[in-house]
Amino acid sequence: MQAQALKRTPLYPLYAQHGAKVIDFGGWELPVQFSSIIEEHHTVRTKAGLFDVSHMGEVMIEGPDASAFVQSLITNDVTTLQTNQALYAAMCYPDGGTVDDLLVYKQGEQKFLLVINASNIDKDVDWIVSHAKGEVTVENVSEATAQLAIQGPLAEQVLQRLTATDLSQIRYFWFQQDVDVAGIKALVSRTGYTGEDGFELYVSAADAPSLWEKILAEGKADGVLPCGLGARDTLRFEARLPLYGQELGADITPLEAGIGFAVKLQKEQDFIGKEALQKQKAAGVPRKLVGVELIGRGIPRTGYPVFAQEAGEQDEPIGYITSGTQSPTLKKNLGLALIRAEYAAVDTPLAVEIRGKRVEAVTVKSPFYKR
Amino acid sequence: MSKVVKGWLYSREHEWVEVLSETRVRVGITDFAQNQLGDLVFVELPQVGAEVVANQSMGSVESVKAVSDLFSPVSGKVVEVNSELEDSPEVINSDAYSGGWMIVVEISNPDELSELLSAEQYADFVLEG
Repeated sequence: MQAQALKRTPLYPLYAQHGAKVIDFGGWELPVQFSSIIEEHHTVRTKAGLFDVSHMGEVMIEGPDASAFVQSLITNDVTTLQTNQALYAAMCYPDGGTVDDLLVYKQGEQKFLLVINASNIDKDVDWIVSHAKGEVTVENVSEATAQLAIQGPLAEQVLQRLTATDLSQIRYFWFQQDVDVAGIKALVSRTGYTGEDGFELYVSAADAPSLWEKILAEGKADGVLPCGLGARDTLRFEARLPLYGQELGADITPLEAGIGFAVKLQKEQDFIGKEALQKQKAAGVPRKLVGVELIGRGIPRTGYPVFAQEAGEQDEPIGYITSGTQSPTLKKNLGLALIRAEYAAVDTPLAVEIRGKRVEAVTVKSPFYKR
Repeated sequence: MSKVVKGWLYSREHEWVEVLSETRVRVGITDFAQNQLGDLVFVELPQVGAEVVANQSMGSVESVKAVSDLFSPVSGKVVEVNSELEDSPEVINSDAYSGGWMIVVEISNPDELSELLSAEQYADFVLEG
């Protein structure tokens, strides 16, 4: 039996020479690590790391009604954006469940780039196209677009050596278009998914391998390392940045997932899911995403049931772990858990069931890490 | 290429077995296994006195990313456990064949050893994937 061929990014041919261990990640053949997840994690926290995130999807929305259309799709308020500014948002179903979380880049008054999760590209594009209204065009430019992310405290100084554009002028969640980086035209955005300062660079697929090599060569003396999805996951986890499919999903609203800051219920125009989210907010969210630390021995992992500490054998779980690992920065066994709101206060004693055994745990403050 | 120790025995689940005497063996996971798993951050081993059964789960190891079962390559009674791994599981990554040993078993069925692979057979097994 022939499995469906795995998709590859334009950087795939370079992985092997950098020592990558490649895994199947939601249908993509991607590097989970180059050296070691823990080493890459610490490198991003203390120096800088370079990630290939070309699997992410990009959708261009253009036309006289582009702004109004994007406004009707997303939970955040696109009218607050100036050109060259970006925002984080969710797209919701009418019941408030989450279609995807995304970044919206305002490239011009009539031009918006939506950056979506790789595993959701087909679903999102169908969703966007089927809700298109007014004079707009929707184009899936995912294959033509590659994305590299350089993240960490040294990201700016390393990248600055490759461009004449003054990167210190690009503020957090702003970007510059058509920046010349080592002779390659890039959209340079001060954003990321690691909890560190850094940049995301959008370039044509053809230019990606050359840019990858140039950044690594330039950063070598500073200790910049190529980093894989394993470190990306532990970094985003410590910073409590949600991962679709774990913290977010069709059955989880952005309010439950703790990204209410990206939900603007007071914005004038309707958006899909607004009514359901207003109702949920008024009634109080039934579940909340909390940080959990294990006190007993064990590591919380995605899907493990969470119980109230006084719960008996017959009692139902109060929720479940959405993500968990041993935090490389804090060396603690931590999880994010989606649990009933009445248990969400910090210092609430809980139990996490690990392979049939209940292990003592407690809710803790999250994010676990802030720079 | 991952290392093997000549003269030892190996399971298809990537455990090594060092025969200490006619009735005792020491068990750990192979260099290939630790390399596949990546940085190990947690180990759960059976306790001294516990019975283990060949090809059945005897505990687990966890990397940053995932949990993997440990399968016992032999049947018998656990007589020693490397308790240092509880605090320093990374020793398995750095020293799979020595400091990374996991348990010593008083084996109940020496015939099971003939089911295991030689170093050469294991090296071929790993290559064949």
